[in-house]
Amino acid sequence: MLKIENLHAEIDGKQILNGLTLEVGAGEVHAIMGPNGAGKSTLGYVLGGRPGYEVTQGSVTFNGQDLLELEPHERAAAGMFLGFQYPVEIPGVSFAQFLREAVNAQRKGRGEEALSGGEFLKLAKEKAGLLRLDMDMLKRPVNVGFSGGEKKRAEMVQMGILDPSFAVLDETDSGLDIDALRIVGEGINAIMRAPDKAVLLITHYQRLLDYVKPDVVHVLAKGRIVKTGGPELALELEEQGYEAVV
Amino acid sequence: MNDLATLPTTRDEDWRYADPDWLAAADPAVLAQWRELEVPAGGAISETRDVAAGVERLRVHVGRDARFALFCINAAGPYARAEVEVTLEEGAHFEFGGVTIGGGDARQEFVTRVVHAHPHATSNQTVRAVQWGRSIGNFLGRIEVVRDAQKTDAAQNFRAILLEKGATANAKPELEIFADDVKCAHGAAIGALDQTAAFYMAARGIPPEVARKLLIRAFVADAFAAIEDADLREQMLEKALAALGEEAL
Repeated sequence: MLKIENLHAEIDGKQILNGLTLEVGAGEVHAIMGPNGAGKSTLGYVLGGRPGYEVTQGSVTFNGQDLLELEPHERAAAGMFLGFQYPVEIPGVSFAQFLREAVNAQRKGRGEEALSGGEFLKLAKEKAGLLRLDMDMLKRPVNVGFSGGEKKRAEMVQMGILDPSFAVLDETDSGLDIDALRIVGEGINAIMRAPDKAVLLITHYQRLLDYVKPDVVHVLAKGRIVKTGGPELALELEEQGYEAVV
Repeated sequence: MNDLATLPTTRDEDWRYADPDWLAAADPAVLAQWRELEVPAGGAISETRDVAAGVERLRVHVGRDARFALFCINAAGPYARAEVEVTLEEGAHFEFGGVTIGGGDARQEFVTRVVHAHPHATSNQTVRAVQWGRSIGNFLGRIEVVRDAQKTDAAQNFRAILLEKGATANAKPELEIFADDVKCAHGAAIGALDQTAAFYMAARGIPPEVARKLLIRAFVADAFAAIEDADLREQMLEKALAALGEEAL
């Protein structure tokens, strides 16, 4: 589904990704773990197409398409979802307005008809319920005044509504208490665990992986994958630390 | 015609950002014209205006415990200046919301002078500028609080978004306060559209021109937030945003 080959990327002339190669198949959940500064968030931003992150070498293919050729909003319409480590606050734009624009822009991009107000609300209600967020959040400005945990749950509500085929989740577990972690984990499973979908979970810790069981675990260090294994690798890292493994 | 009437020049503080060409060719008789408005004690008047090219001047006297609200869209050019001078009696309130929005060579400005002449009066001014091309958006806001006008509460806020290099915004807040028990707040900020928010929107599938329009709409909405009638508020917002040409997005 997603194939990353020999990816090199830099920001402000500083090389961060250094020959990263990775392949995620449909129906799979891959976890990427690694120490601070390894390039985890950079990988997420490069896949999302954030301006300023420059790919200098290598390729990314998504469902047979050259992902790097696409504009950020086209990547989303193609089925890619990037969950932010720090969801952005947008004062003056309500969640309802933001999400309806997003859903309908994506549908338009795929040649589908726009959702009506009623259809959108029904969908939003269902997904908010899944993440146990109050529907009132739809009236509030995007992420403004949300606690860290609410922002992360709201990211998952967005993912549920947008229904991507591939999700890159950048430290979705940071800032969550134990209960919220379980709710978010169950949300990811409910939304993304399907034979035609896949997930790349970027995380520091094993704890989210208790809820979202990865099929493959990669260790990222100094901008490249240095070790790949099964779920047991995450436990090993948790016990021994990155230094012992890397 | 009175040839002795002196025309202002850009050396005058109140005209420092004005269009010198327009001023050189201006008719003194036109500049001497003020529309006068009286809001009687306890009354309330609310106006919305589309500012036309040239200079328009409004002088308002707001009676005791009365309220005057004025909301303006200034999308005209090549030079469009709206001036408003308000005198507030005891307990009166003045609400102002203004938007300059334009590109090309447009020069658009609001000039306000609010005189708190008696105690317990309040005023609130919110001005937003959206400029692109080589256009200029100006806000010159003067607040005068006389010696007796205790418990005055006056606020003034100006923010500008420059969509392109080459566009300009000028802010000139002026506060003259002779009473000692007053609240006067003012703020001014000039910047670009929030690129982080734009990327966040793109990551959710929103195309750049739609994202920019949503962000500009949210920004401009501040100026009309005090319009009580939701339909009218929406109309003003749509009218202001209609000035955004394709080249602005």
